[in-house]
Amino acid sequence: MLRAEDLHVYYGGIHALKGISLRIDLGRIVSLIGANGAGKTTVFRVIVGLVKPRSGAVHFMGGEITRLSTHTIIQRGIAVSPEGRRIFGNLTVMENLELGAYNRTFAESKSGVEWVFSIFPRLSERQAQLAGTLSGGEQQMLAFARALMSRPKLVLLDEPSLGLAPLMVQEVFRAIEQINREGTTILLIEQNAVAALSIAHYGYVLETGAVVLEGTGMELLKDERVRKAYLGEE
Amino acid sequence: MSATLFVQQLINGISLGSLYALIAIGYTMVYGILRLINFAHGDLLMVAAYAALYGMLLFSLPWFISFPLAIIATGAIGILLDRAAYKPLRQAPRISLLISAIGASFLMENLALVLIGGVPKAFHRPNCFSHVIIIGGLHIPVLTIYSPLVTLLLVLGLLYIVFKTRAGKAMRAASRDFEATRLMGIDLDRIIALTFLLGSSLAAASGIMWAMKYPQINPFMGVLPGLKAFIAAVLGGIGNIVGAVLGGFLLGLFEILIVALLPDLAEYRDAFAFLLLIGVLLFRPTGIMGEPFIE
Repeated sequence: MLRAEDLHVYYGGIHALKGISLRIDLGRIVSLIGANGAGKTTVFRVIVGLVKPRSGAVHFMGGEITRLSTHTIIQRGIAVSPEGRRIFGNLTVMENLELGAYNRTFAESKSGVEWVFSIFPRLSERQAQLAGTLSGGEQQMLAFARALMSRPKLVLLDEPSLGLAPLMVQEVFRAIEQINREGTTILLIEQNAVAALSIAHYGYVLETGAVVLEGTGMELLKDERVRKAYLGEE
Repeated sequence: MSATLFVQQLINGISLGSLYALIAIGYTMVYGILRLINFAHGDLLMVAAYAALYGMLLFSLPWFISFPLAIIATGAIGILLDRAAYKPLRQAPRISLLISAIGASFLMENLALVLIGGVPKAFHRPNCFSHVIIIGGLHIPVLTIYSPLVTLLLVLGLLYIVFKTRAGKAMRAASRDFEATRLMGIDLDRIIALTFLLGSSLAAASGIMWAMKYPQINPFMGVLPGLKAFIAAVLGGIGNIVGAVLGGFLLGLFEILIVALLPDLAEYRDAFAFLLLIGVLLFRPTGIMGEPFIE
């Protein structure tokens, strides 16, 4: 479904991605794990066209999207719940959701709202509130829900559990599995490597801009290097 | 000052203020999205006034066709201004944008000077805007009543667009976070173009009313009203549409009342407007409506 080939990205003089390749098959949950600064978020930014790679290519649903503008890429069926939530604090919860379905019809937007409210009932209680007044966890949910509003084929989730209370973390992971079962493909960035790999069909481990390890979620969970580096085992 | 005179001045102030308000909206909307003081904005008044005049003179169009056409043309020039002067600088530091704005302003003024000449032209005011109503000692030109009414209608229409339509939501989103807006699949350049279109059209409406109020038009006619409207936008709280409208009306009243109460200092009314700006910047830089966002 999505294939990234040999991506090289430079930020000024810094070589941020050093030839990353990855593939996401239809219907899968794929996790990217790695320390801060390993380049996970940069991979996201390249996929949605916010950063143009110096070389390499991204293919999505059979077409190359490397040089397309961000809004065109999103319109092809990718959605993002970005790092740091990036919700519109000056708009209401409902307006945030409606913007998520910007390129959909009014009816699609309405049914999308019903769908995400069924996944995150708490947002329904808050729908008329300004998004900036939500708690951190609720804002995280809103960012996630907003990404689902366009009924994307592929959702990129950047740290969806960051800063959430344990109960909320469970809720978010439950939601990820639920929408995946309903047919949405997911690319997940997570600090919480155990949780991320437990639900992932496939995973990539990034270190300083390169893929150092890849395999099924189970394989990576068992891998000694992963356990040492990311699961805190000695 | 007699009560009649006071009421008369009040009406004049509101009328003048409504013209400032329409211009101030354009400043505040562009600022809300690009964080740019669009110093070429005032010159759009001049563009609209000439377009309206030539529509009537050269093509013998009736005013009710010529005026809307002039507004549309000015809106298009507003978009062109963004494309030519600001879009290439989206990633540039903000000071570059500001310099580009000043350059664009000079370009428009001097282009008009070359093409049309510096001799002021008489603006042909349609008869239906020339009546004067006399009630109980008050002398009220109908235009003085029409301007605030037109302004009110246009502002209501604008607020509807900004707060109730999909594109309006996208504009408010863009005023908060460009990148997140693009991640919604929104073509940011179109939203910015829409912002310029709306702001410039409102300035055009103001420019035409201005030309009817002071029917001598010249290539530099937009400079002072532009600066005054900028003061109004800052007074109201730049980035805030309702604030800009409020600031426009307040500035209009302030100016007229200065003239009415201190007739000896009437010559200095512009200076008082700038004093007001300095005062606002010193004591309440966020203006009346506070937060620097379109909300």
